[in-house]
Amino acid sequence: MTIMGLEEYKGVYVFAQQVDNVLDGVAFELIGKGKDLAKDLNTTVTAVLLGYKVEALADQLAEYGADKVIVVDDPELEVYRTEPYAHALSTVINTYKPEIMLVGATAIGRDLGPTVSARVATGLTADCTQLEIGDFPLVPVPGKENEQKHNQLLMTRPAFGGNTIATIACPDNRPQMATVRPGVMQKIAKIAGAKANVEKCDVKFEKNNRYVEILEVVKAVKNVANIMDAKILVSGGRGVGSKENFAILDDLAEVLHGTVSCSRAVVENGWQPQDLQVGQTGKTVRPQIYFAIGISGAIQHVAGMEDSDLIVAINKDEDAPIFDVADIGLVGDLNKVVPALTAALKAELANK
Amino acid sequence: MKVIVCIKQVPDTAGGVQFNPDGTLNRAAMLTIMNPDDKAGLEAALRLKEQYGAEVTVVTMGLPKADDMLREALAMGADKAILITDRRLGGADTWATSSTIAAGLRNLDYDLVITGRQAIDGDTAQVGPQIAEHLGLPVISYAQDIKIEGDSVVVQRQYEDRYHVLKAKLPALVTCLSELNDPRYMTPGGIFDAYEKEVTVWSRDDLKDLDDANIGLAGSPTKIAKASDKVRKGAGEKFTGSPDELVEVLVGKFKEKHII
Repeated sequence: MTIMGLEEYKGVYVFAQQVDNVLDGVAFELIGKGKDLAKDLNTTVTAVLLGYKVEALADQLAEYGADKVIVVDDPELEVYRTEPYAHALSTVINTYKPEIMLVGATAIGRDLGPTVSARVATGLTADCTQLEIGDFPLVPVPGKENEQKHNQLLMTRPAFGGNTIATIACPDNRPQMATVRPGVMQKIAKIAGAKANVEKCDVKFEKNNRYVEILEVVKAVKNVANIMDAKILVSGGRGVGSKENFAILDDLAEVLHGTVSCSRAVVENGWQPQDLQVGQTGKTVRPQIYFAIGISGAIQHVAGMEDSDLIVAINKDEDAPIFDVADIGLVGDLNKVVPALTAALKAELANK
Repeated sequence: MKVIVCIKQVPDTAGGVQFNPDGTLNRAAMLTIMNPDDKAGLEAALRLKEQYGAEVTVVTMGLPKADDMLREALAMGADKAILITDRRLGGADTWATSSTIAAGLRNLDYDLVITGRQAIDGDTAQVGPQIAEHLGLPVISYAQDIKIEGDSVVVQRQYEDRYHVLKAKLPALVTCLSELNDPRYMTPGGIFDAYEKEVTVWSRDDLKDLDDANIGLAGSPTKIAKASDKVRKGAGEKFTGSPDELVEVLVGKFKEKHII
């Protein structure tokens, strides 16, 4: 599948996800990454804002670096539904012809991205954790040096539950589309007071069979936190000793606005619900900080958390395998270290 | 009512991962299971069969050995099984895969198509919505509950902090989460029957409405530049000392990293 006129496609575009007229943090992260890519390509970053009565959000996108904001404002876009959003984003793509289109790998983006990529007939790489501009193939094929393409978006992503990583290109189709994991890319420092260069895009919506009806919106699905979305996880294992003793983990999590999770042994002992289990038979998590407290570090557990940005292990057994993957290992009694840590962090944060 | 469930045979990630020289997966060399989200989709379909007498057809695209997985689906209670297999379809990305499966579904009658949200090998969550796009069906992703009401399907669609109850006119496509249900086991009688039943095998030539430009490795817009086993990072720093000393070290590190 190849399309002609690839050179017509210009600029880095990012989907600025909003829900209830509040921008999602991933929108700013995508702009931040987009700026790096745009610099290499000598182009600009455009945010695409879809919704109803959302134009007031455009300046926030400028404050985080968007050179331009394209707004599609329509009552059909008030609450996310696949069809009107896919139609709006596809129309923007077909109108403006971006070279790169980034979407957050959220529950919305992972539905919108595939639908739009199929509609505009291009490739999509899911859940990217690294994006850069480079050559494809990475190394020219001998005798075919002139076939190597430059200035391509190279999209790197984990697969097989983190067992492998792959770098993917989309050399013959445009835009080059990626969904990007939230929390991975960096937003730029806020440029307070920046005003957006807004361009309104008029999209016509015609109801068809693909429009679904929203019967109900139910917020706060579960009383159990979604550990896959947590930026900080305070995870306990068998070493915590009892259901009651998880209170010291709750306290640490509260100070850091984190969430408590656990190992399989904890679930088997009935100390925590299965929804909080990290590991091969639980969930794969990738928080910014993962505290492994009283967790020995069986490979099945490690497989579910080793991609965390920073791993802090607290364990009294200095030979515990968890220390092999921890960035910072503290050999000590969790019953003493954890409360002391909570108190120290509370004091530090109170001084801010 | 006719329900199609798209299922995929995936490598059991516990069994290690192997690659072909071109960077694509060497699926033939790995132990396999029915993808968990797809299995939940099959279970959802089998419950519709019990409630409404729906006819359940499972469809897969894969290697000939995916026959095993289709037999498992039949033993669980599926009525028909179709295997789309052809060397020309190998190395497909999600665009080529969804184009191919959509072409297969055009050969069939259906009211509802169910897929898993995502497969544990690629984790993309793309093929379901892309099949819907190729077939012009309404799509509801991330289903945590599926009901039929008259000529519509009513689905609880999960988001990070909420769910929406959505209603789509049939025919429609729903992608479901493994949390949707606990799939049943095969019954001894079911296993016996499964080997009596016929698995329909389609090659590329049985898929009429499909352009050669959209299949297999060559028809895939995304290309693998590099793939490798993950390099596991080594151990970091390890500290011993009194609780207060350990806390001081950690708070210092957090300050260094601008965490606090």
